Amino acid sequence: MVIFGVTGDLATKKVMPAIYDLANRGLLPPNFALVGMARRDWEDQGFAKIVHDAVKEHSRTKFTEDVWAQLSEGIRFVAGDLGDDAAFDKLAAVLGKLDRERGTGGNHAFYFSIPPRFFPVVVNQLKRSGLSKTKGDAWSRVVIEKPFGHDLKSAQALNRTVDEVFDPGSVFRIDHYLGKETVQNLMAVRFANNLFEPIWKANYVDHVQITMAEDIGIGSRAGYYDGIGAARDVIQNHLLQAMALTAMEEPVNFDAESVRREKEKVLSAVVIPKDLSAHTARGQYAAGWQGGIKVGGYLEEAGIPKDSRTETFAAIRVNVETRRWAGVPFYLRTGKRLGRRVTEIAVVFKRAPHLPFSQSSVEELSQNAIVLRVQPDEGMTVRFGSKVPGTQMQVRDVTMDFQYGDSFTQSSPEAYERLILDVLLGDAPLFPRHEEVERSWEILDPILEHWAEQGQPDQYRSGGWGPKSSYDMMANDGRQWRRP
Amino acid sequence: MIRLEDTNGSAVAAEIAAERHRMGSPATGMVLNLLVITDEENQADATSVAAFSAQEHPMRILVLIPRRGRVKPRLGPGEIAVLRLHGELSQHPGSVAIPLLLSDTPVVAYWPNDAPDVPHQNTIGAHAQRRITDATAAARQMQALSKRVKGYSPGDTDLAWTMTTAWRTLLAATLDQPHPPIIGAEVSLPKTHASGHLLASWLGSRLQVPASVVNSKGPGITSVRLITAEGDIAIARPDGGTARLSRPGMPAATIALPRRSRADAMTEELRRLDPDEIYGEALAGLSQVKQGRLKIDRPGAPVTKKSKKRSARDKKAGAKK
Repeated sequence: MVIFGVTGDLATKKVMPAIYDLANRGLLPPNFALVGMARRDWEDQGFAKIVHDAVKEHSRTKFTEDVWAQLSEGIRFVAGDLGDDAAFDKLAAVLGKLDRERGTGGNHAFYFSIPPRFFPVVVNQLKRSGLSKTKGDAWSRVVIEKPFGHDLKSAQALNRTVDEVFDPGSVFRIDHYLGKETVQNLMAVRFANNLFEPIWKANYVDHVQITMAEDIGIGSRAGYYDGIGAARDVIQNHLLQAMALTAMEEPVNFDAESVRREKEKVLSAVVIPKDLSAHTARGQYAAGWQGGIKVGGYLEEAGIPKDSRTETFAAIRVNVETRRWAGVPFYLRTGKRLGRRVTEIAVVFKRAPHLPFSQSSVEELSQNAIVLRVQPDEGMTVRFGSKVPGTQMQVRDVTMDFQYGDSFTQSSPEAYERLILDVLLGDAPLFPRHEEVERSWEILDPILEHWAEQGQPDQYRSGGWGPKSSYDMMANDGRQWRRP
Repeated sequence: MIRLEDTNGSAVAAEIAAERHRMGSPATGMVLNLLVITDEENQADATSVAAFSAQEHPMRILVLIPRRGRVKPRLGPGEIAVLRLHGELSQHPGSVAIPLLLSDTPVVAYWPNDAPDVPHQNTIGAHAQRRITDATAAARQMQALSKRVKGYSPGDTDLAWTMTTAWRTLLAATLDQPHPPIIGAEVSLPKTHASGHLLASWLGSRLQVPASVVNSKGPGITSVRLITAEGDIAIARPDGGTARLSRPGMPAATIALPRRSRADAMTEELRRLDPDEIYGEALAGLSQVKQGRLKIDRPGAPVTKKSKKRSARDKKAGAKK
């Protein structure tokens, strides 16, 4: 595996620790080799030290020197600019040598841990140096990270660049949310059980809320975040993918092709509301108190222009026009500096069609719900009504909880472990294909254009649950957000 | 007990989750969040009241003390975290509470001593669907009660009201029996007793009759007298324990009617999480409550020396008991 931009945060905090964890669990082939490429002029030894420290600090499993010694034998470093022909010739030479010495057999995965504007350069370099070509059974794969463009046009351009050189089946777009256990568990819950699927449809479901809330601000990511915003950063990929998995029909089996086909079908049936002002909301965090800590607003962050219109909170409503989901709105929201860090998918059911109780008996009964908690406290909650003990017939909401940590005490693998392993195995059900990416932009683009005409996003106080407009958006439909 | 210093909301939430896990995950089916806003002096009492209620209502209890920063979660049928907030943060207790609220679970705010003027506009109260205050803990109960009248919004209740539940149950049961039409109601109580005033107001607004409060030495409410043309329906409880019910033309009955503890009242209050409209009506009617004995002309039996004597006799009989 070759990592471009190996000195970046993503590579040192997520990718390399995940590789170590895989090695530690014995899941990597013994001849696995890792080549890092970056501008900084390190020698192999110095590079090995950096990887060592990064892995030791961030790995999920216990750090063992033996495993490390075995892994580090296959670690190489190539210094040089991405535009530099000589550097890629050197990379080709290093890979050739590894193929012979360690028997990697010409199987190469190229991990693009670099900003998208460098993609064309690297792709062309790989083409020029002949690394993108494969001989015989060997494979050559590309791994790219979000953002997959910033609108439909740029996404298409990006896809063309990569597809020109690599076969579409060899391009792995990492959406680390899809690597999370609970997201995969969504498919298990739905399709391995007989209990949920029969009611997973418009006859019983009132609406679906998908929330990804962060309690932190943008931190040091001003350069990346400003101009991108919450919708492009999160809704386009994570939330629309989560929605697709929630709404899709049962795939005929679990190979990559079948799952993608179902997701694409759902995404192609998505329509956005006509009145975007009434059914979408966006905001920018203002100063306030988050979890007992005083924090500044988005416009006060270092590196953010004082007149930035970038949204840090985005909420949209979409409908899926299929028989299964007719009339069931899907509400997607994400934001920074909200009440707490939580990601969840909540399927809220209709009220029972007839309640043979008096009005006051069921006053405290709300709608039934199934909530999948993606993070933290991965698990699932079912909310339903139960009689309160006592002489009166009084019904109140209660919950039934399933916690991953309780039923399975082994810790769940990090999303990156699963995804990197899938890349090496060439198994791609969890990676969105370029059709899905482009379709997601088609859904989002009109909303982004609408917002661009609206001026400044609404300010919302840090530590709460977003701007008033997001509550209004739900109130317009006679519904309300859950407190996640 | 776990102590965290110089911490923040998400760290506390993580610690509670970790502790729950270490305990082998006892029941997570908690039914509500209780936010207790108090001070250092009353913290211990308030916490034990809340903990007592948790035996019936498993809940996450967050005790917010605007002062200094540390936390002690305790696990049982519910969880208790005591959070001390200092400096500027003491003005923003809501920001600490929000990350700690159990998702999608009702929030109840409880002010065991000093309550804000308008509870539902308070930084904590705004997050709660039920807001419980306690006028009986105030130094000047009647003043506290008049604050409640001004700041009322549906979802508010006061423990002074909950303390009257046993009285109200008994009165309602009594009036379920055939009885002559009621033309007036009197409640005897120590001068500044919030519960008694609410009870009198309730009787007035429910029965649509003039209601008044009459001074007595206590403890608590000592008697309720419902005036009818045929004589009084009276419940006298001079000793705060046993009550004597007398009705015209019926033998007297003795009923256990003990004074209630704050913890009992709190537990009962948490049984219903929808607004208590009857309390709202009782609050609204407070200004109609008269002071002193009612002067009512009984049709067919006008107020005479004899009837005055009778009521005095009733009172005496009660006092002896």
